[in-house]
Amino acid sequence: MSATLTAVKPIAPVDEPVVAAPIPTYVTRFDARSRWLHLVIMTTFLGLSATGMPLLFSDAPWARMLAALFFGFRGAGLAHRFFGAVLLLAVAFHIGDVLWRGLLRGERGIFWGPTSMVPQPRDFVQFYQQLKWFAGRGPKPAFEHFTYWEKFDYLAVLWGTLIMGAAGLVLWFPVAASRILPGWMFNVALFVHGAEAALAIGFIFAVHFFNGHLRPGKFPMDMVIFTGRVSTHELREEREGEYHRLRASNQFGACAADAPASAVVQHGYVVGTVGLAIGLALFALIVYAVI
Amino acid sequence: MLKTIVALVAAWLVAGPAAAQPAPKPPANDDCLACHGDAEAKRDDGRTIAVDVKAFDQSIHGPMACVDCHADLAKTAEFPHDSKLARVNCASCHDEIASKYHDSIHAWAKEKAGLVGAPACADCHGRHDIRQHTDPVSRVYRTRVPETCGSCHKGINEKYAVGVHAAALKKGNSQAPGCADCHTAHAIKRVDLPGWKLAVTGECGTCHAKVVESFRRTFHGKVTELGFTRVAACSDCHGAHAILPASNPASLVAKTHLVETCGKCHQGANEKFVAYDPHPDPSNYQRSAVLWWANRFYWVLIPGCFGFFGLHSALWFWRSRKEGRS
Repeated sequence: MSATLTAVKPIAPVDEPVVAAPIPTYVTRFDARSRWLHLVIMTTFLGLSATGMPLLFSDAPWARMLAALFFGFRGAGLAHRFFGAVLLLAVAFHIGDVLWRGLLRGERGIFWGPTSMVPQPRDFVQFYQQLKWFAGRGPKPAFEHFTYWEKFDYLAVLWGTLIMGAAGLVLWFPVAASRILPGWMFNVALFVHGAEAALAIGFIFAVHFFNGHLRPGKFPMDMVIFTGRVSTHELREEREGEYHRLRASNQFGACAADAPASAVVQHGYVVGTVGLAIGLALFALIVYAVI
Repeated sequence: MLKTIVALVAAWLVAGPAAAQPAPKPPANDDCLACHGDAEAKRDDGRTIAVDVKAFDQSIHGPMACVDCHADLAKTAEFPHDSKLARVNCASCHDEIASKYHDSIHAWAKEKAGLVGAPACADCHGRHDIRQHTDPVSRVYRTRVPETCGSCHKGINEKYAVGVHAAALKKGNSQAPGCADCHTAHAIKRVDLPGWKLAVTGECGTCHAKVVESFRRTFHGKVTELGFTRVAACSDCHGAHAILPASNPASLVAKTHLVETCGKCHQGANEKFVAYDPHPDPSNYQRSAVLWWANRFYWVLIPGCFGFFGLHSALWFWRSRKEGRS
């Protein structure tokens, strides 16, 4: 989910006569690393949800059945720890990658600017504009590389993984943790792990699914996270700000891409559909347990 | 013609067998007591055959006839009867209880494992002197149950006797559990099988409802609720019979014993580790301020998040539909 359009050459002054590069049909939005990160987070998140929900909702009528799917609580626990470890490794790698690129390779745009995940003043303005658009009192905001809800998604996952990962490790190794923490922190850890899980599962399966995939215009799903490519037409519709910035600064050439291969699209549809189906099924179980 | 045959057959069925062999008149209780009422009466082999008439009259079965239970004697024509009698079958009346007993560990021990000491009905309830369980002199009256079970389970009864439950029972607390409240009276199960440990947690909860509710918030409580027993349930920490309050230094959950008790499963548990609360209550600020604050925080964050983005999505959907139409 890191920016991909940051490693670009210095912007040419506008008054200098430049030969405008032809506008490509497709541009790269996510590099391979971001796509893999999403795939790993997506799979481990579904796995963590399915193996953790029997415990979180242990009094639900479906809890035993879901646990039985993983050969009981020991099997579910083992799978949960496995998925958790993979997710933590992936996030650690991502944080290392961001720091390395931002600090050592000097891609300052990763921390601030139009392609950064860090909330900018612009995001608050655009949120207000979006509300006005909802009310029919203004045009859609001219979004940049990441919209305010995408930044929220990203930061929520980052925050959630760190909190739940820390709490999960305490619960995984309580005796070791007790060398540093008092035992009542296990109570806090279990509570926070569960509450944060309820928040994360609900958020991903309802809000992220809607914002990213199920909403009108994207339904049934947005393939960009699998193909990494978005058509320039769609870019202009969705992210007018970014489109005009790329055009004005003549950077289209740096991110031009071929149309996604049909095999990639097909695989993406299969993986995406399975993920959406599992996620919505788990969400239905939670709704069933809560009401 | 058919009518005649049916009538004949019916007539034979009603009158025939009876006419063929007149039944002997069953002996009345007084007939039996003519011999068995004598306190000195003995069999050829010297064993007493006396029945305590007074005890029988006062028993719950007092109004019944001897042959109601000793059913084989109802058909016997000659007295004194043979010394070998059929076993009294309590199930002929108490069939529901008998079927519970039949599935119990006691019946298994007696009938399958051949343990001669294993109890059947009379070993707990008595014979001619059976009293109702509500009768204070009954062997199965609440306060006397531990003694009755203890006649075989002596060691367990000694442990039970030092615990809080026995003390409360002795003080006359009618809610305090004796043996049967946890183990049931008749369908007594093996205690080393998972089903027992899971069921007994619910049993503790019939009195200690809030304690079990708080237990259900923990990993221990959730895993046991899912039906797995690898983690601690009530008796793993509190003990089964010699249950003592944490304020008693001899208790398994006394401060001085916690490291040892938790350490049974959590090898390497230390003083810091046992500050864990096995019965947390996020709504109790005194018990844990941090947990209370965490609870508050997520009660704001979760509804806030879903409320905000729920509305956000709904508005988005509504606006998109509107724009799509125009």
